[in-house]
Amino acid sequence: MTAAPETPRARRGVRDVVFVDGARTPFGKAKPDGLYAETRADDLIVKVVRELLRRHPELPPERIDEVAIAATTQQGDQGLTLGRTVGMLAGLPQSVPGYAIDRMCAGAMTAATTTAAGIAMGAADVVIAGGVEHMGRHPMGFDADVNPRFVAEKLVDPQSLNMGVTAENLHDKFPHLTKERADRFAVESQAKYAKALAGGDIDPDLVPVATRSSQQGWGLATADELPRAETTFESIQGLKTPFRAGGRVTPATSSPLTDGATGAILAAGDVVAELGLPARMRLVSYGYAGVPPEIMGYGPVPSTDKALKSAGLTIDAIGLFELNEAFAVQVLSFLDHYGIADDDPRVNQYGGALAMGHPLAGSGVRLMTQLARQFEQHPEVRYGLTAMCVGLGQGGSVIWENPHHADYSGHTDEEN
Amino acid sequence: MSETPSTTPAAPPERVTHTLVRDVRMPGGAGTLALVTLDNGLDHTKPNTLGPAGLAELKAALEVVRTRAESGEIAAVGVTGKPYFVAAGADLKGITVVSGHDEAVELGRMGHAAYTILGDLHGTTGVPTFAFVNGLALGGGLEVALNCDYRTVASDAAALGLPETGIGLVPGWGGAYLVPRLVGIEKAVEVILTRPAANKPYKPAEALQIGLVDELFEAADFLEQSIVWAAKVVTGEIEVPRRELDPQPVWDAVVAATKDRLDAVVGTSRPAPHRALELLAAARNAIKTDAFDAEDQALADLVMTDEMRASIYAFNLVGGGKKPQGAPDPQLARPITKVGVVGAGLMAAQMAFLFAQRLGVPVVMRDLDQERVDNGLSFVRETAEKLAGRGRLSPDAAARIVASVSGTTDIGEFASCDFVIEAVTEVMELKKKVFAELEGVIAPEAILATNTSALSVTEMAADLAHPERVVGIHFFNPVAQMPLVEVINAEQTADVALATAFAITKKLRKTAVMSADRPGFVVNRLLLLVMGQVVDAIEGGTPVEVADRALAPLGLPMPTFELTDLVGPAVAQHVLTSLRENLGDRIPASAGLAKIVEDGTRVVLDAPAKGLPKPVDPAIQEYFGPALSPGEPGRNGQSVLDADGVLDSVLTALTTEIGLMLEEGVVPGPQQIDLAMILGAGWGFHTGGITPYLDRTGYSEKVLGKRFLPDGVANVPA
Repeated sequence: MTAAPETPRARRGVRDVVFVDGARTPFGKAKPDGLYAETRADDLIVKVVRELLRRHPELPPERIDEVAIAATTQQGDQGLTLGRTVGMLAGLPQSVPGYAIDRMCAGAMTAATTTAAGIAMGAADVVIAGGVEHMGRHPMGFDADVNPRFVAEKLVDPQSLNMGVTAENLHDKFPHLTKERADRFAVESQAKYAKALAGGDIDPDLVPVATRSSQQGWGLATADELPRAETTFESIQGLKTPFRAGGRVTPATSSPLTDGATGAILAAGDVVAELGLPARMRLVSYGYAGVPPEIMGYGPVPSTDKALKSAGLTIDAIGLFELNEAFAVQVLSFLDHYGIADDDPRVNQYGGALAMGHPLAGSGVRLMTQLARQFEQHPEVRYGLTAMCVGLGQGGSVIWENPHHADYSGHTDEEN
Repeated sequence: MSETPSTTPAAPPERVTHTLVRDVRMPGGAGTLALVTLDNGLDHTKPNTLGPAGLAELKAALEVVRTRAESGEIAAVGVTGKPYFVAAGADLKGITVVSGHDEAVELGRMGHAAYTILGDLHGTTGVPTFAFVNGLALGGGLEVALNCDYRTVASDAAALGLPETGIGLVPGWGGAYLVPRLVGIEKAVEVILTRPAANKPYKPAEALQIGLVDELFEAADFLEQSIVWAAKVVTGEIEVPRRELDPQPVWDAVVAATKDRLDAVVGTSRPAPHRALELLAAARNAIKTDAFDAEDQALADLVMTDEMRASIYAFNLVGGGKKPQGAPDPQLARPITKVGVVGAGLMAAQMAFLFAQRLGVPVVMRDLDQERVDNGLSFVRETAEKLAGRGRLSPDAAARIVASVSGTTDIGEFASCDFVIEAVTEVMELKKKVFAELEGVIAPEAILATNTSALSVTEMAADLAHPERVVGIHFFNPVAQMPLVEVINAEQTADVALATAFAITKKLRKTAVMSADRPGFVVNRLLLLVMGQVVDAIEGGTPVEVADRALAPLGLPMPTFELTDLVGPAVAQHVLTSLRENLGDRIPASAGLAKIVEDGTRVVLDAPAKGLPKPVDPAIQEYFGPALSPGEPGRNGQSVLDADGVLDSVLTALTTEIGLMLEEGVVPGPQQIDLAMILGAGWGFHTGGITPYLDRTGYSEKVLGKRFLPDGVANVPA
């Protein structure tokens, strides 16, 4: 052994990144009679951040090096540099910086991976990453000033700005992914959610939110508002296909418009050990990829290929999948590509966005938080995947390792 | 006077605070909490208040809650308010139109009937009640919480308190009984008597410290954390300790000491503090229902007093004072980018500090020699350091103030000021000379102001090329603390100058009363008249100690000689002389006072204890000649007055003077006089300023043949 060098190393190695904990608000219906109709978007994410800090008194708030908060529509109560304002509103020390981030539906996922990259290269020790979307206040694309070149130069089919239409396009592209398969997948999503709820797998990740209604007074949101446990295959057969006359995509096979917020703490492996924080998942790799906007739901396929390649893994290594269910057919196209059965038990064990909802930029961290819980329940699984499609044709995928697994590779220098 | 537009009291429509109830699932399997929200459905500029219709709604809603508690449907009850408010208290507009004792008793009972459901629920059903104090909770708003079994408070709640005794009432919806049992008798006296007298409600952390509330949670997720806490109380995970009742001897001793203090400070001027103390005294051993009955009776008795009605009139005057009567269109005001202060003495330096602090612009003080200038600047610096040291100013704000005040001996530095105010010695010729010099230096558009307390602003401006830009702005000493400013509308004052003066006083966070350019304006004319009358009685033979305490029935903030001592006998003598020169012999001269000024004799003794009045020093009797007894021939052809006689002469003189002031058009109506005396002289709410007192004691009818205010506006109508 040679003596340690006297001067700092000119090059440092990449550090391990650990998912410490995640939480979310109950998801509400993005309608005037929804849970959060009179609740501000920034207040939703503030409650999540405070809950994360409350759950981890071992984390000194001044040790947080970054607050990255995503929203798709960054205006009004989702404007003004969310990460910074949320940090201040949550009572973090003023020394803690923050920023807002946007990759449409993969906002919170991007907040997590971008800050994770900062941790890996040593720019931050502990971060908070999350996302919020109050779709009741900020409908997707509202007030956007779309560049006319998109249409003039036929860069995208104007119809592909409507996400439901892109889901119909996937049915066209993959005729064997039938409406019936989509409907069955949707029914199963509702059933899995109901089972998870009853089994106590949902509540632990929820942050109760006081909700004001000028008509009904204060209330307390303690449960997701959107799931329909009563859904059966028969009950959804008569539903309209709002995106195309005679189409295949119905409200049951589309994630509903949702208000909600999610947040997570990520940290460097050594810092987790230093502070005594839990290590619930280790980040293995991640990737983003683009696809034609007309079939944006297919995005997770190339992004997962990227992440697998980066990790040196194949799809067979993945023991648990948390896939965002923007549309049933979109998830089916992913499973179909990798030869995974529609009802594979590794997929979305707690149900998905078809049941609980999809607050655009908030969903990515929900996937991670749920995967972390499933890792605890499945020590036999070593690797898991969180993946989602993104409007305008992108996919995002993150591969995680389970610290509870016997062959866990560790996350501190000593272990390594 | 009575022709002043003023509405005869009629029942105004109640702004009803509604009761909204929703079920909430408590965490940890603690069951269902019925969450009660008080909400008047209006925005944050209109606080919840509690009137008969609102209380009836609350009671009906709580009766439903009680039934559900009895049937085991709910495990807890929580009460909270709309954002920023639980409630600001009882609906005062409604209270002032209560026409009889029975109706007044009913008002107390209605509150108790609703609140007692919260207080008794745990005993009868085992279901505990919680108050989640998310915002302002005053009077009946805090009493809702006090009647509950447990209380949490949000870190940003604006204020908690029981201000009732300050407006002629008692905390009559449980406060008088519950507070001493909750926080102890000593703190209860502070909550119910001391704080209201100082107009100082509690901040959330203070309320927690003395035990008015059990827990404080940060505002960001106050309700969520309160419900988590409530759930833990329900499940027994958290136990909230309650203090034992103070021992009887402690209780009695505190009550006795408080009674002595009330007798000395309040005396017979108003009944509410005494009634509150009686309720406190009995609270230790009374059973709740009896105590609440006693609260109902006390409340009803007090609602039917003139002191209470005058207090509400005064309360509303002060609230409405933020919009000054007679002010021109605020749009006319000149923007101010730099202020000049002529003089660097104590008054000038105080003004310079305030201008720099609140206007946020550069301020230049000018005096004749550098030493005075340096003294003025030292005052500014020391004041800033003192405030920063106490945490009242941030170090940066203190540094900004110090840096923005400069001093000079060169009048030319006023050239770049938009607004220049003079605070030189109160000598007309000197002030005219200053103004003439200024006019040669300042910009044509600049506004000129004088801080004179008694000289004619019109005369001061008379020789100027542009007298229309001169306005009076009379600050009171100490400038930082006194809430009143008199804005003097001289004969030639233009609207632009007036509007600028009002805009400045508003930014300084002062209440402005506009006065015509008449001697002494409003406050000094009346205050010095009173002082002059009292001293005149002594000149006539009344013993100084009798004269000093003769006005005690009015409940003024201090006896006459303590006021003389505070103002400074020399200043008092100077203003008295100036007033007499302008107004005539109505303002009496006093050779004794002149001699006291000459000798520099202190007129008072030290106060026997903190918070008690400073008595006159009996030794100053020698300046006036021997004390005589009523019936003996007085000096100067006067008769020797006893205390009642002195009071009568003062009230008669006040009535005459106010009558003249209204005839002269000093102010448009008696309301401005009352507002000025409340804020400028600290005269009590229970007197309504002064005209309600003169009306209810019959002086206005006797002296002027008519009332100042219509019957019922500030008294219980006949």
